[in-house]
Amino acid sequence: MTDMTATYAALEPTRAEKFRQRTVPLILFAVVLLVIPLFNPSRSMVTLLNHMGITIVFALSYNMLLGRAGLLSFGHAVYMGLGGYFAVHVMNWVAEGSGFWGAVPIFSMPAFGFGAGALAGAIIGWPSCRRSGTPFAMISLGVAELVAAAGFMFDSLFGGEMGISADRMGGPEFAGLSLGPVDEVYWFIAFWTFIGVLGTYAFTRTPLGKLSEATRDNPERVEFVGYNPQRVRYLVFIFAGAFAGMAGGMSAVQDEIFTPESLSLIPSGAILIATYVGGIRYFTGPIMGAIVMTYMGSNLSDYTVGWLLYLGLMFVGVVMFLPNGIAGIVYGTADTLRAGRLGEVWQSWLLRLAGLALIATSVITIVEVAFRWSEGYGEVFEPFGLHLGTDNPLTWALGVLPLVLGVVMVMKAAKGESK
Amino acid sequence: MTASLELTDLHKSFGPAKIIQGVNLSVARGERHAIIGPNGAGKSTLFNLISGRFMPSSGEVRLNGALISGKKPFEINRMGLSRSFQVSNIFTNMTVRENVRCGVLHSMGYGYSFWRNIGNLREVSEKTAHILNEVGLLEKGNTPAALLPYADQRTLEIAITIAGGAEVILLDEPTAGMSHSETDRAVALIEKASKGKTLLIVEHDMGVVFNLADRISVLVYGEIIATGTPEQIRGDARVREAYLGEEAEDAA
Amino acid sequence: METLVFALLNGVIYGLLLFMLSSGLTLIFSMMGVLNFAHASFYMLGAYLAFTIMEGTSFWIALFLAPVLVGLVGMVVERYGLRRVHAQGHVAELLFTFGLAYLIDEVVKIFWGRTAVNYRVPELLDFPLFTLYGAQYPAYRIFILFVAAFMLVALWYLLKKTRAGLIIQAALTHPHMVGSLGHNVPLIFMSVFGVGCALAGLAGVIGGNYFVTDPAMAVQMGPIVFVVVVVGGLGSLEGAFVAAMLIGLLQTSAISINASLADIFGFLGLGPHTEVGEITIASMAPMLPFLLLVLILMIRPRGLMGEREV
Repeated sequence: MTDMTATYAALEPTRAEKFRQRTVPLILFAVVLLVIPLFNPSRSMVTLLNHMGITIVFALSYNMLLGRAGLLSFGHAVYMGLGGYFAVHVMNWVAEGSGFWGAVPIFSMPAFGFGAGALAGAIIGWPSCRRSGTPFAMISLGVAELVAAAGFMFDSLFGGEMGISADRMGGPEFAGLSLGPVDEVYWFIAFWTFIGVLGTYAFTRTPLGKLSEATRDNPERVEFVGYNPQRVRYLVFIFAGAFAGMAGGMSAVQDEIFTPESLSLIPSGAILIATYVGGIRYFTGPIMGAIVMTYMGSNLSDYTVGWLLYLGLMFVGVVMFLPNGIAGIVYGTADTLRAGRLGEVWQSWLLRLAGLALIATSVITIVEVAFRWSEGYGEVFEPFGLHLGTDNPLTWALGVLPLVLGVVMVMKAAKGESK
Repeated sequence: MTASLELTDLHKSFGPAKIIQGVNLSVARGERHAIIGPNGAGKSTLFNLISGRFMPSSGEVRLNGALISGKKPFEINRMGLSRSFQVSNIFTNMTVRENVRCGVLHSMGYGYSFWRNIGNLREVSEKTAHILNEVGLLEKGNTPAALLPYADQRTLEIAITIAGGAEVILLDEPTAGMSHSETDRAVALIEKASKGKTLLIVEHDMGVVFNLADRISVLVYGEIIATGTPEQIRGDARVREAYLGEEAEDAA
Repeated sequence: METLVFALLNGVIYGLLLFMLSSGLTLIFSMMGVLNFAHASFYMLGAYLAFTIMEGTSFWIALFLAPVLVGLVGMVVERYGLRRVHAQGHVAELLFTFGLAYLIDEVVKIFWGRTAVNYRVPELLDFPLFTLYGAQYPAYRIFILFVAAFMLVALWYLLKKTRAGLIIQAALTHPHMVGSLGHNVPLIFMSVFGVGCALAGLAGVIGGNYFVTDPAMAVQMGPIVFVVVVVGGLGSLEGAFVAAMLIGLLQTSAISINASLADIFGFLGLGPHTEVGEITIASMAPMLPFLLLVLILMIRPRGLMGEREV
């Protein structure tokens, strides 16, 4: 028996390993959150960071469904939206400031969003979670359409097209933050982002979190070890709704407004894309996806009107060729480096990178030229002083040749690696 | 004393096809009972009826006297009946240890708990390690289940089945597809794991059946044509005629 | 009476268009297990292609050419996209078509702009066919009726009377058996996907000038087509037909009902000037299909006529 206990100890991660793999990343994350303001980011940068924090929590909550429980939802924004709307209403009650509400700090809004999201998940999840797979996806779509339509219908709750706005400066201050200037809002967002990351991570370590993975892999077997898979899905769904609602509460304070649009299929689709592109098999995948997508959404749209097209291309590319997403690349690269195999693979990596760059060149040329042509103002795409009009043979060459060459190179790299 | 498992006049039809036609069977506590029969006799269907995967068309199943037919699989499991599958039915994306832990959790009272850290549940970890040790998979505890060799996957299948400590264990062809030496090891494991428990086993390997079973039932076309000790079955003319043929002599 | 007859006629036409879309989706889903999220995007593509072809030539050429082109695009998508993703399972396939819908939307915006195009009814059919209760009824709507009926018969003939149809029918009920019987499954998949998309394209050709041809038409139509397929029962063309008609009639008749909830539920004490009471049945019309979807999936997951559970 002593012999066995020894082996059992060897099976479990050691204290040092646990610290390194679980505690250190969280500390690092906290340190990053604390250090960012030291760089004196601009106001617009802080706003962008705040939106990143909100999207991180939202994406993590979405991945509780898609990645961990295997439930594809087309309507997750419903829970963020309802949580956010509730928070906006609470903020207005706080502003009126009588009785109980007068004592509620605005800082606590994400907690209210959490509760509202959980409640919405508990109500809507009841009929939805009896099925998994495609039916679940369909029900989520139907529910999202219903809730969004209701959102446009009930003006007193959702404010119609204009939405409902609130003021984050009301109520008692918390930790000396008036939440007026955007860099004070940063601390609010940083705090709740950390809580969101910690909470969703802790959830993966609970018996229920493990069971949700088991239910994803094999719902039938779960039944034969004493669990009701429908109950597992339902409970996970409530938590996913709760954390989405928390993101809604964060957004309510940051942007001070919610519109019925936030309940619709569009934000639901966006979070699906962000989470999947980040990588649903890894806990950190959605975080990466949220950062990249928020950045692209806010910056790429300044550079090009075709950014949605790039987004779509990226998403389809990830679905087809990189099912593990950005996180898959990051961890795969790290593993290769750690195993000291860089010497074997660097050639094919370089080949692939060059191929991808060539493909990107063509795609960007085609898209940019096409958009300018379609707008019909006679504007011309002029990168690096080149004059790429539709009548310029160089345009056509750049649109086709690098694409062909790049595809050949990438295919060659893939073939080399599979050997 | 009530039987551990009692099937009374059990019927199951799929549309016009009558698969199980009036099965009566009583398995005593602590008995190792094997069900044999030709392909298509309804052995797996019988298991599915007992474990709650299918609803019987008529008749009843009792576990320690309590009616379980009509209950859901997870309810039956909680009442102390656990089963394995003919085709390995494991959690492929989890490690071996996590697989067994899923089998342990409910019996240790951790239901759908979301306020505990699974890593800190010492009893669960110890029970898991104990089961892994018993089936000989302790060394491979951190291997992803999908990467296990076939025989080990079959063993893991049994490990998950016994992990919850159920009193009645149903094994559906546990040695199917195994080599001789693997089969011997599996039989030793089944003997050890079923000590003090009630075992119902479907098996094609007659060597295994006659070695392991206290009693044997022969299922042909959805009916049990004979039940008895291995000697009785071996001597039963109808069984020899209907099913065993030469195999019985080989096994003897 | 007058409103009822018109609502009925319009409902049937809308229902037939929905069926044209959902029949393709049903075929694709039941054979390949893929719920093609981009199906309505092919419908949109059909409308836009018809618009362009009509500008160069005539509506009648567009009527034949546009669906064929859309079908070809569908085949290419199946061959070089879906087939690759197939190994990763149904969720990946669904995600792929989801991304595809995104892409088609954007590409359409590049080629045809962000606002509606002037895709008109051909002059030959642009006249009132008959006058009913003093209101004129456009001939083009009856034309839609005929095209849809023709398609219905053609589809029925294809499925019931030809060898290819028999294989497809077999694949509908026993998807795994067909390959074992020595048929070229990848080719069947590609063809069925192509035909399904072509049907969507045809619906676009005749529906695009009946409704509006703009980049939002796919997003508006897509979810409703899903509803039809799921409500009708996956794998059941008959079910899709019944569901399409049901939803077509439901929506068009709801639009023509001006009664408010207060008028109907007034006896329960719902006041006419409360927020809920003021909602009219007409304004609830867009919600009805989704309400139906959620109800059906809760009460009868097989759908109206489906044999398999969703």
